Amino acid sequence: MSAFLHTSLDVVEEKISAVGKSLGDQRELYLGLLYPTEDYKVYGYVTNSKVKFVIVVDSSNTSLRDNEIRSMFRKLHNSFTDVMCNPFHNPGDPIQSKAFDGIVSGMMVQTG
Amino acid sequence: MESLTLTDIEQKYYSDLFVYCDTDNTKKVASNGRVLDLFRAAQLPSEVVLQITELCGATRLGHFGRSQFYIALKLIAIAQSGLPLRVESLNSVKDLPLPRFVVGKNEAEARHAALYQDTDSQGLYPASATAVIPRPPGRGLQNKKGPPSSTALPPEPTSPVVSPHQSPPTSPHSWRKHKRQHSGGNADRQPVVAATGAVWTQFREPQAGPVPGEGMWPSHSPPPPGQESWVSFTADTPPSSALPAMHPSSVQESTTIRTVASAATTNEIQRQSSGYDDPWKITDEQRQYYINQFKTIQPDLTGFIPGSAAKEFFTKSKLPILELSHIWELSDFDKDGALTLDEFCAAFHLVVARKNGYDLPEKLPESLMPKLIDLDDSAEVSESTADVGYSGSPVEVTPNKSPSMPSLNQAWPEMNQSNEQWETFSERSSSSQTLTQFDSNIAPADPDTAIVHPVPIRMTPSKIHMQEMELKRTGSDHNHPTSPLLAKPPELSEEAKLPTSMKFVAANTVGESQSGTSPEALKVVAPPPPPPRPHPSHSRSSSLDMNRTFAATSAPGQPQPSTIAFPPAVPPRPLPTQAEVAPGGGAVLTTTSPQQIPQQPNFADFSQFQAFAASEQPSSLPEKSSEGAGPLRTVKSDGQADERSSATVNSAKGSSGPLAPPPKPVRRRLKSEDELRPEDEQHGPQKSNVIAAVLATQPSIPRSVGKDKKAIQASIRRNKETNTVLARLNSELQQQLKVFRMISLEVQLEQLRPFSHL
Repeated sequence: MSAFLHTSLDVVEEKISAVGKSLGDQRELYLGLLYPTEDYKVYGYVTNSKVKFVIVVDSSNTSLRDNEIRSMFRKLHNSFTDVMCNPFHNPGDPIQSKAFDGIVSGMMVQTG
Repeated sequence: MESLTLTDIEQKYYSDLFVYCDTDNTKKVASNGRVLDLFRAAQLPSEVVLQITELCGATRLGHFGRSQFYIALKLIAIAQSGLPLRVESLNSVKDLPLPRFVVGKNEAEARHAALYQDTDSQGLYPASATAVIPRPPGRGLQNKKGPPSSTALPPEPTSPVVSPHQSPPTSPHSWRKHKRQHSGGNADRQPVVAATGAVWTQFREPQAGPVPGEGMWPSHSPPPPGQESWVSFTADTPPSSALPAMHPSSVQESTTIRTVASAATTNEIQRQSSGYDDPWKITDEQRQYYINQFKTIQPDLTGFIPGSAAKEFFTKSKLPILELSHIWELSDFDKDGALTLDEFCAAFHLVVARKNGYDLPEKLPESLMPKLIDLDDSAEVSESTADVGYSGSPVEVTPNKSPSMPSLNQAWPEMNQSNEQWETFSERSSSSQTLTQFDSNIAPADPDTAIVHPVPIRMTPSKIHMQEMELKRTGSDHNHPTSPLLAKPPELSEEAKLPTSMKFVAANTVGESQSGTSPEALKVVAPPPPPPRPHPSHSRSSSLDMNRTFAATSAPGQPQPSTIAFPPAVPPRPLPTQAEVAPGGGAVLTTTSPQQIPQQPNFADFSQFQAFAASEQPSSLPEKSSEGAGPLRTVKSDGQADERSSATVNSAKGSSGPLAPPPKPVRRRLKSEDELRPEDEQHGPQKSNVIAAVLATQPSIPRSVGKDKKAIQASIRRNKETNTVLARLNSELQQQLKVFRMISLEVQLEQLRPFSHL
């Protein structure tokens, strides 16, 4: 499982270096990564500070539209900046913000 | 049931009592059980208790709701103070001591002893907790008594709160005791020190809590016995047994800390008893303390504390970073990484509470929400300025009332400016300008306006126009010079004038203006050339053309004045043009026109018409307005004749205006502004057409030698009448135009408001 995450990260890196887009590709459809056993899609999102968000979605659920993924990333990004604003939060630490977690879980529940 | 206002202390006390009595946790207590015991402990005669019960409405309800309970408690306090039981006294009695409930003396002593013991123990919370448990009754009261309390709270010498704590336990203590065991009979009743006492007890508690901003956070000295007792007491009650675990905090805090602590304790009490919001309420002392702390970091009370500074500050509290992070999340309301005063107070308060053992809430309690004080102030300020600005403006100014973002407030000055411009614009436009001039002189107003919104059109009449307008306006209803930026008062006065002018349009003002202006106009106008004439005419070029055409057609067709009169284009067209050029001063125009008529090609029609009119009517007919004023004027010599005729016309107009024109203005008034203008153009000519028709329908003037003179005079009179009528019409139309413009401005303002709220 984590292997896929790492591979997806590699792909994101590759995309970043390739294109000069500030936000990076907001999404990357890894349709090609659909393994026979694990069918999922990985979406990547990079912020201006090179913070990467990766969303892994099960393909079993009706594929989320691109817009939805983008909005999810946007929300994620917003919550993330809120967390970053906290002076007590050291960048790099696992995020322990309850609000952040709440938003993330809300998003997940929303998308089923 | 009367609405009951309780002080903070009373509120807490009562809520604790209520919780105590509310054993079933149903938010209402039956009228038996603990409530009765409580009342009995108040040592009041039973009939008084009955009376109280009745007064508070419990008998009616069958049980004690929270409010009834509170009222009952207050009544008990009143009764204990010896005051007559009255419902009115509920709120009228100030500084009422808290109701006292007797508790067993033995327990009090036991508690006292326990208190001492607790005092000795250093931060032995568990011990104190355990100690408390076996001694539940003994707590509270005794601790604070005299010397023990004083020793218990050595570090609190200077705190104003200390004094109460010097005194024997306050009602809360007694209350606590009572809670433990409402066995009455204990003579050991501590005098109630009312609010101060309660505060004091709270002080004890929080001492453990917040450390002074100087960084004495971690210094935890043994909590004063009172605190412990307090803690233990509270530990007894189901919630917040975590309280005792709190107290390793320092006792050596300054008094300021104590004030903070008191608040925290208060909060704790509240928390136990009532809902979750109350505990988070920041008392004044706490707030003051927070503000002082804020100042040490950021001297400007309206400024921000950057995140790093706040981090340092709160790290001193030795709370785990995770909790601090959580606190930050809660308190940084606008998520800007910096703390305003309110946010700082909320954060500090949360830290205090946390140190006192309170769990952090999941979301910011309402009482801790940063209030938009600054915004409100600025909103009020801008609102006031807006109100001042709009004092005379019919435009409503409401957005300021809404607590809005600062951007809204900033938008208001712009709004004010734009509105001012709108005001001046409308003012300007209404003042003097005839519709024709308005059309031709549209210029963008104030490009500086930041608001993209309706650009007030500035009437920039030409010099000549101004001159003419000034001339004509001397006696007119509109009193505005052509200055583009008119202040509100003038606008106000103008607006005020307009309605009056509307009323007087019938005769007086117009007549006066006519008579008043005519001589002036005559004097002044004589030298200057008749430039104004072409302008209005050029704006009405179409009408003029029509005029000419009609005149051409009508000239030959004398016997068809009636038909000519009503169709739009009529020879008299130049007349209304001239009349409208002189807003309110139709007569002036009339008087001036004679001189210019010969020079204007458009007056050629008039001359034709005049001849026709002259042939029609020999004598003056005051009742009939003379649409042929123009052509008549050409024939007539100006000066006295004009004045005379104008006088007569004025009087005539005063009595009765032409029949047809009045309905027409009325009709016109009903139409929209947009229609007004084109209609005005038509209206005038139509009006004059009607006048012409009237004139034409007059019995043919017997031709005589002196007929010419009389005809001239008559025509002059008629012209004057026409002018008066047209002037009145003009003023009315302008009034309507003004109204419509106001409406449009209001609509624009409405549209602007959503933008401001963004």
